[in-house]
Amino acid sequence: MQVSFLKSSAATFFFLFILNAFNSVAQTASEELNSVHGNFQIDAQYYNEDSLIGAPKVPEKMLSNAFGNIMYNKGKFSAGIRYEAYNNVMQGFNPSYKGQGIVNRFARYQDKLLDVTVGNIYDQFGMGLMFRTYYEPGLLYDNSLDGVRVISNPRNGITLKGLVGKQRSFFTVGQGIVRGVDGEVNINELFDSALVNMKTKIIIGGSFVSKNQTDNDPKLLQPENVGCYGGRLTVINGGFNFSGEYAYKMNDPSFDNGYSYKFGEALFISSSYATKGFSFLLQGKRIDNMSFRSDRDANIQNLLINYLPATTKQHTYLMPAYYPYATQINGEIGGMAEMQFKIPKDTWLGGKYGTEITLNYSHASDLKRKPFNDSLAERFFYSTAWDQIGRNFYHDFFVDISKKINKRWKFTAMYCNQFYDKALAAQITSTKLTGNIESHIGVLDITYKYKTGSAIRLETQGLFTKQDKGDWATAMIEWTPSSHWFVAVLDQYNYGNSVEKLRLHYFLASAGYTKDAHRISISYGKQRAGVFCVGGVCRNVPASNGLAISITSTF
Amino acid sequence: MKKLIILLSSVVLLASFVLSGDGDKIPSAVVKKLDGSKVNTSTFSNNGKPIIISFWATWCKPCKKELDAIAEDYDTWVKETGVKLIAISIDDARSSGKVVTDVKTKGWAYDVYIDENQDFKRAMNVNNVPFTFIVDGNGKIVYSHNSYSEGDEEKLYEAVKKIASGEKAAH
Repeated sequence: MQVSFLKSSAATFFFLFILNAFNSVAQTASEELNSVHGNFQIDAQYYNEDSLIGAPKVPEKMLSNAFGNIMYNKGKFSAGIRYEAYNNVMQGFNPSYKGQGIVNRFARYQDKLLDVTVGNIYDQFGMGLMFRTYYEPGLLYDNSLDGVRVISNPRNGITLKGLVGKQRSFFTVGQGIVRGVDGEVNINELFDSALVNMKTKIIIGGSFVSKNQTDNDPKLLQPENVGCYGGRLTVINGGFNFSGEYAYKMNDPSFDNGYSYKFGEALFISSSYATKGFSFLLQGKRIDNMSFRSDRDANIQNLLINYLPATTKQHTYLMPAYYPYATQINGEIGGMAEMQFKIPKDTWLGGKYGTEITLNYSHASDLKRKPFNDSLAERFFYSTAWDQIGRNFYHDFFVDISKKINKRWKFTAMYCNQFYDKALAAQITSTKLTGNIESHIGVLDITYKYKTGSAIRLETQGLFTKQDKGDWATAMIEWTPSSHWFVAVLDQYNYGNSVEKLRLHYFLASAGYTKDAHRISISYGKQRAGVFCVGGVCRNVPASNGLAISITSTF
Repeated sequence: MKKLIILLSSVVLLASFVLSGDGDKIPSAVVKKLDGSKVNTSTFSNNGKPIIISFWATWCKPCKKELDAIAEDYDTWVKETGVKLIAISIDDARSSGKVVTDVKTKGWAYDVYIDENQDFKRAMNVNNVPFTFIVDGNGKIVYSHNSYSEGDEEKLYEAVKKIASGEKAAH
């Protein structure tokens, strides 16, 4: 490990050195656009064992995650690499991220007619129900396609895409081959003279994605090629928006679905009406057996080919995000309705700056399944019906009022009611839950700007439930004396826990410094898992107790 | 110790890019307009006037605070400097439907685009949102800033004014 680290760091060093020299030469020699850019992030944490909050003993004492991207652009050509290092990977991430190396490299030539990329590719077809490769360093989610992609615009309004490759899996690639084609037509641009100024905009698209993986199972006869196809439609007229996508997947026995031979399907619809000061959004979806991975035995977030978006609100305050919802890829039906309005300024309710109000309700339920076997009783199936709904997974209702009172004061107040099924929790958190959870949540977030560029923010939150760990109270004070510095103190108090010795305070102090595109922050204390927003940036943070440091930089 | 030396020298080399990389053009990526049509980011222009490029998301509270704060004075900014703000949403399919409802309800007068699979975000090497750039009248990126705290919009505008009058922006 030690030797390989030195080798690869030395390799990176030389790569940087050569690129740097090349860059300086190129800049003086040529007027042509020529640039090198990049970013990096280093996170390190020193861990204290804390059995009460469930923070385990960390034998290495300190763990760190780091990455750096370097991109080179010259005219129609671009290229990039990413180096990642986990020594060892931080708590809360998959331990298969071990060691370091160059995990992403690509070269691309882009022209109006032709756009070719070789190497690691991120792309999505439509909404992603059939294909999406994506990178999210905060979650260590990276399913990039290592292969070849060609994009062409043969005429105005038409985009054609084709790609083939294997997906990244930690420091290697998965077994299966993924190939896909996608076409999209913007009707208004296609018939430019007649329709380009037409009020109604129409875009249609269709995709076919297939994966190939050898069947090594001695008992089952598993399909080696699995196809997935579907179409999408977007219609926009004035304030009205409609977008829908449907996907059908052929039989694909996998670890996720218990090796069932049933087909899969997914439908996602989003429609809205919006005008100045008012909007209404309605989303619906149904997912049935839509786990689509380039390795049939993969699980969790590994080697997913597609993306199945959740139709619930992504909360950023700690307490409403305490029981987070994740799409059930084996099957769910759900939707969301949201109404937003802004009471105009200079009215009695609107005050000097206006008042913003959001009402949101989202819901998700299981599907009803009827299992059966084929005539030879060798293969397992089940059936579902579009009009039959299973038990409740989740609901979330909230109302949010945001208001700026005057130049110094502003606030956000929120009430939220949630229902959470323990089966969901089993999938996405390690907490052992004893039943369904019903909770009421309140948030009050007040900002006081005491002079230009200096502010104090107080955030108080309460979560009230009779189940799981009981009631929580949270308070945070954040002080930003100037735009460079912030200091924050957070306490989360589980005062309602039914076990007396678990009525704990989760105390966390943090501070940070930002200059331009560079940022450093440190924190000390106990952290629970969740989306954590402080000092103006939101990140996903795993549960822990200790001292953490984070450095990010873009250049 | 060796590890440390290599790490430090790499950091020094990386830092030297910072000096050489200033003043580059907007890289090429395809983003979606709110009417569904696709636009290449390398074609962003504002007739020789500066452009603010602001990366945000519907789920990012500080991003929306920043854009709300700018919206209060945006008319004046445009009148005084001719600046244009391009707001790039990095919402994926889960929340990209909310971009248009948020923008219209708030009445933001910005040019809004959706970077649904974050191609532009990656091309601009953005780590976290909010992230703000200023592009000068010659199409060169001359200023970048991560995060938002109260009053940052005033500093941003100071930089815009300097850039609009041809001075170099002091961060």
